[in-house]
Amino acid sequence: MAKIVVVTSGKGGVGKTTTSASFATGLAMRGHKTVVIDFDVGLRNLDLIMNCERRVVYDLINVIKEEATLKQALIKDKRCDNLFILPASQTRDKDTLTMEGVQRVLNELAHDFDMIVCDSPAGIERGALMALYFADEAIVVTNPEVSSVRDSDRILGILQSKSLRAETGEEPIKEHLLLTRYDPTRVSTGQMLSVEDVQEILAIPLLGVIPESKTVLHASNEGVPVIWNAESAAGAAYSDAVARFLGEQIEHRFITEKKGFFKRMFGGGSK
Amino acid sequence: MRFLDYFRSKNKGTASIAKERLQIIVAHERSDTSKPADYIGQLQQDIVEVIRKYVNIAQEDVIVSLDRSDSCSVLELNVTLPDHYQPREQKSA
Ligand SMILES: Nc1ncnc2c1ncn2[C@@H]1O[C@H](COP(=O)(O)OP(=O)(O)OP(=O)(O)O)[C@@H](O)[C@H]1O
Ligand SMILES: [Mg+2]
Repeated sequence: MAKIVVVTSGKGGVGKTTTSASFATGLAMRGHKTVVIDFDVGLRNLDLIMNCERRVVYDLINVIKEEATLKQALIKDKRCDNLFILPASQTRDKDTLTMEGVQRVLNELAHDFDMIVCDSPAGIERGALMALYFADEAIVVTNPEVSSVRDSDRILGILQSKSLRAETGEEPIKEHLLLTRYDPTRVSTGQMLSVEDVQEILAIPLLGVIPESKTVLHASNEGVPVIWNAESAAGAAYSDAVARFLGEQIEHRFITEKKGFFKRMFGGGSK
Repeated sequence: MRFLDYFRSKNKGTASIAKERLQIIVAHERSDTSKPADYIGQLQQDIVEVIRKYVNIAQEDVIVSLDRSDSCSVLELNVTLPDHYQPREQKSA
């Protein structure tokens, strides 16, 4: 049975698409047959990050409206055999995402794939609700910043009340915190919320911390998901997160020991 | 000494303020009573109707606001009575 994973956040621009691209790639690299779906109808971007923008012919809405088959719409990744992309429509709006349509597409994908990654749009409207409704697990992408943390908390509330699993009283969606754009130096000087701060507030298990990194921009410039860049901190952090998601026990890196050092030296603990 | 103070003050940077503010707002938004938008409008309407039993006032003479702080929430009610208000009894009598 395929696993449906939504990458969500509430707040815009925190790194959902960056995460979806790298996460789906990472799962595929590790042998899981994976499809990543862009739910950002009207503002598709995943195709650019995955470097398949010139190969888009049909999209999710075409499949929902039965104007195209899944086979016609799915784009095979050029680097990874196990990876497929289902792009969003650029011209229609989110109202065309019907629950029945989305369910039919997901059911059909579940026959062929092990992992279905849903890249949610920002906000808490139809597109975002449809992206999370059928999820088994959720990756809540959060930046160490007040509005992002608050919006993540809102999204957690929605996962726990407005998803299929919540409505049918099944086992709840498994939630994972992915803290992105983390800057350990600013954390150590008390300018940025720490991993512990965010974890304490959101109270969900930590899947990973992705540091702020210039490599992410280079990666999107080139259309190569950053996880391919194994030497970069962001790429390595995504690899670790994927491994943890698949059940491996891996210590968190890139959170840096500096903070502990400062705390011990100067009795910080700015609580 | 100055050197240490420098780091101390940095350690007390804005992140701790952010954390405190988040803890408060998130706790409020999680609780069921946290949906002021859902009931404040109705509350205001009800208050206007109750006051109108006694005094003629306009809808906008009643202002209801909610201020949520650390340990308690304050519901503030402001009613502006007309300069020469006429109690209803006099009118009907
Ligand atoms: N770890 C990181 N370091 C530096 N920049 C990053 C990092 N993660 C994401 N970004 C940048 O942040 C911007 C937003 O990223 P992305 O498009 O993935 O966010 P999003 O949540 O999908 O946005 P939207 O809500 O609009 O869909 C991009 O410019 C991206 O390059
Ligand atoms: Mg996006």
